[in-house]
Amino acid sequence: MITAPGLSLSGTADIAGTRVFGPLEMRVPAGRWTCLLGPSGVGKSTILRTFAGIDDEVALDGTCGADDGAPLAGRVALMAQSDLLMPWLTVLDNALLGARLRGETPDRDAARAILSRVGLEAHSDKKPGALSGGQRQRAALARTLMEDRPVVLLDEPFSALDAATRARMQDLAAELLRGRTVLHVTHDAAEAARLGERILLLTEHELQTVAPPDTPMPRAADGEETLAAQGRLTRCLLEAA
Amino acid sequence: MRAVHLAGPALLVIALWQAVVVALDMPPFILPGPARVAQALWTSRVLIAENAVVTIIEVLAGLVLGAVLGAGSAIGLAASERARRLLRPILVFSQAVPVFALAPILTLWFGYGLASKIAMALLIIYFPVTSAFFDALMRTPSGWLDLARVMGAGRRQVMWRVRVPAALPGFVSGLKLAAVYAPIGAIIGEWVGASKGLGYLMLLANGRAKIDLMFAALLVLAVFTLLLHAGVDRATEALLRRRTR
Repeated sequence: MITAPGLSLSGTADIAGTRVFGPLEMRVPAGRWTCLLGPSGVGKSTILRTFAGIDDEVALDGTCGADDGAPLAGRVALMAQSDLLMPWLTVLDNALLGARLRGETPDRDAARAILSRVGLEAHSDKKPGALSGGQRQRAALARTLMEDRPVVLLDEPFSALDAATRARMQDLAAELLRGRTVLHVTHDAAEAARLGERILLLTEHELQTVAPPDTPMPRAADGEETLAAQGRLTRCLLEAA
Repeated sequence: MRAVHLAGPALLVIALWQAVVVALDMPPFILPGPARVAQALWTSRVLIAENAVVTIIEVLAGLVLGAVLGAGSAIGLAASERARRLLRPILVFSQAVPVFALAPILTLWFGYGLASKIAMALLIIYFPVTSAFFDALMRTPSGWLDLARVMGAGRRQVMWRVRVPAALPGFVSGLKLAAVYAPIGAIIGEWVGASKGLGYLMLLANGRAKIDLMFAALLVLAVFTLLLHAGVDRATEALLRRRTR
């Protein structure tokens, strides 16, 4: 894999004259998992969309990009809360969507290999409608991995899953996205405590860095440091509100 | 099956029909009874069949051409903002012209044969198909469009691989409407000027006071329209269901 760049963003952003975030200065270290934690409506998703380059409605007064100076376009993969699977395509074809959309020859063997890594090899010929919520997010993860981009943007991808499925998805994503620059937007303090190698807390007033636990991620959900970090983060969220 | 469920209502209608004829003492040249119409249907079966074939061809040709043209227009409009700005007002304005009023002009231009009726059927279904499909094409969930953009998709690929498949249910609802409208267009065309077809046969029978034949032709037309609608309905529903299974 190509070396993953770090990301940086600074400045303010408005949508139709209304401030959505900033002024702020934000760094996402290269090859690490960064959680951007905050309550709803503070502009977390807007920051993510700005990095993804799908922020047409956002007027950014500042800079946004990779710290190696090269443009981010073509180096980013996106995974959202909704799985965004095409219901008329099989799981395999959904995994191959990016190649198809770029007019490239789809690599079916690679897609099958990735589907088996996310545990969907038995479901590759099914349509998404036949899958459970957790399986659908696995398929979305497979599609994201197929893109093989050094930067992965996650917009609350696990928040609609039940607790056990969510924990399993967190472990799986942590394993499979290792080495990439991950920016993970979430409003779940427990999730940030489990996964964040760097934790950024965005509130209406400011962006602050909160020290993550010392242990490597993914951390046990019931680990002492994880619970302590979750508590600290929850307190921060309460104080900011 | 459904045919069995329909037997009851059909019998009820026939009974009511007969009751009206008997109770009001209707002369057969105003309202013939079901038995007379059935008799006309049988004795004139060859005549009716010959004319029905013509109408069916007109309707099916108009339906196919209208669906293809409507789908093409919807995709063209959805793909190009310039086309939308230029053509949409024209399309909307064109709806202010009653299609029926165009029938004499179409007959003048395309003659008394099949072409003017096909054109009529096509015109009457073009707008419903176009607008239903176009509206669906413009409502592609934004998450999919964002995803495609991040993936580096070309506009053409997004259209064919995301927007069109996502909009198929809209196209199908336009098509279902079209299946009901197309026979209307063909019949109007035949009324204005034709030498064949069920609409022509109805006028002819009316002129010769063969009201039972007129009703027989009407019955055949109604049954054909029902079958066409049910056929389109079944085929498209199966298609949509298979699509996501």
